[in-house]
Amino acid sequence: MIGPGILEYEFFQNAILAGLLASLSCGIIGSYVVVKRMVSISGGISHAAFGGVGLGYLFGVDPLAGAFGFTTAVALGIGVLKEKAGQNLDTLVAAVWAAGMAVGIICISLAPGYAPDLFSYLFGNILLVPRSDIVMMGVLCGVVLGVVAVLYTQLQAVTFDEEYARVMNLPVTWLSLLLLVLVAITVVMLIRVVGIILVIALLTLPAATARGFSKTLFSMMALSVCLGLVFSLGGLWLSYLLDIPSGATIILFATAGYVISLPFSRIGGG
Amino acid sequence: MIPAIEVKDVSFGQNGNLILDRVSLSVMEGDMYALIGPNGGGKTTLLKIILGLVPARAGSVTVYGQSPRQGRELVGYVPQFRTFDFRYPITVREMVLSGRLSHTRGVLRRYREEDHAATREVLERLDLAGLSDRTLSHLSGGEQQRAILARALVGNPRVLILDEPTVYIDTPTAFEFFDILKDLKRSMTILLVSHDIGVISRHVTKVACLNHTLHTHNTPEITEDMIAATYHCPVDLIAHGLPHRVFGDHGGREGK
Repeated sequence: MIGPGILEYEFFQNAILAGLLASLSCGIIGSYVVVKRMVSISGGISHAAFGGVGLGYLFGVDPLAGAFGFTTAVALGIGVLKEKAGQNLDTLVAAVWAAGMAVGIICISLAPGYAPDLFSYLFGNILLVPRSDIVMMGVLCGVVLGVVAVLYTQLQAVTFDEEYARVMNLPVTWLSLLLLVLVAITVVMLIRVVGIILVIALLTLPAATARGFSKTLFSMMALSVCLGLVFSLGGLWLSYLLDIPSGATIILFATAGYVISLPFSRIGGG
Repeated sequence: MIPAIEVKDVSFGQNGNLILDRVSLSVMEGDMYALIGPNGGGKTTLLKIILGLVPARAGSVTVYGQSPRQGRELVGYVPQFRTFDFRYPITVREMVLSGRLSHTRGVLRRYREEDHAATREVLERLDLAGLSDRTLSHLSGGEQQRAILARALVGNPRVLILDEPTVYIDTPTAFEFFDILKDLKRSMTILLVSHDIGVISRHVTKVACLNHTLHTHNTPEITEDMIAATYHCPVDLIAHGLPHRVFGDHGGREGK
């Protein structure tokens, strides 16, 4: 059992903070991802982040900084190519998905020495998030919250009906690119918590669960943040209790929550 | 008098196919202009060019003498049904309010009191006030269509453009919808697109057939030669029991 004593450990406080920050940005950006049907694009972006981690190793930069730069570039690239790809968007996403991971593998094999915490980038470990990464997550979360607070009306219009947003003279192309960059930022924030492979689940499952019980986008975001907290802290507690990997436990807990919610959902499906 | 919408010699091609071939039409103030033709005939493409969503390859389009982009603030648009996800978590009020976005300014695009007032008024007018806190997925097909119309009207447009507005609703509901349009006709110009020649109501003032090229006599009647020229085959002219002359006597065959 977790006694009150464990809360005094810094690693545990960090884990709770990481869960909180991840839930905030996941709940908000994940809601856009779900309603705009950007799940596969977000999956591609998150897996491509591995290329950034590898580049970080190769050039001696902090892997998360490498992931941040690379993932943002990939998101913008997908955004620009999206219009041209048209019906072949899923192929483009698959290519980016695999190519990003391939870049990561080659970079790491070329990098001198052994990559000791590679496993934690792939599968995450919320208990190993250092204080410096918590600060970075806090800053990124602040950016996400600020941008969404300012552009809420416009982002709602673009994710609801892109063509109509254009008729309303909104800068749709820029807003769509911005949304992909926000996805990239959120993905990088989540890497430490659940890892590259599992990011897409934490990004989409709380939002998809919340959608079935929400009348407005705002309430969907709020509920999604709460669910994210329950899933991440509950998963953390379960993983501690059962002594199993935290990232995977969080995801399985979230998946169970999503599946259980389906019969009660107003609209059914995700 | 300047026309509400003036299309001059507009051509548009895609992947080597000519979708619009030197199409010209004028929608005058007060018209209820119906554009009919087969699927794939270029009707929606023409509307998108008029709205400035797609650039014409040749020719020119003006909306009240302005470019399509500048003219958007004068236009209300009812897009083809189900182009967006009806499960989106948005209430009827929020969706209608979004039709005021072209009237908002700045980075924030915050709605002002006049935007909320216009929304309340149009919800009342289209008998949606009692449904304004519902989400779209909890409305019937006819209610959804009225909500989409409300979004187009909330900006007080001078021209209303409708793309296949009655495709997904049943016939009685479609007639109710055309009754609403009949009332709107008094205060605005209407351009209506349909692939179904049966839905053309008695309120239409001009009809044109579009199948890559445009055929019209600038009258409210569809003639057999227009149909033949548009569909490239004999078509049974069935008026769907509409109590009026869609297909009037057309003394002899006119040149196209």
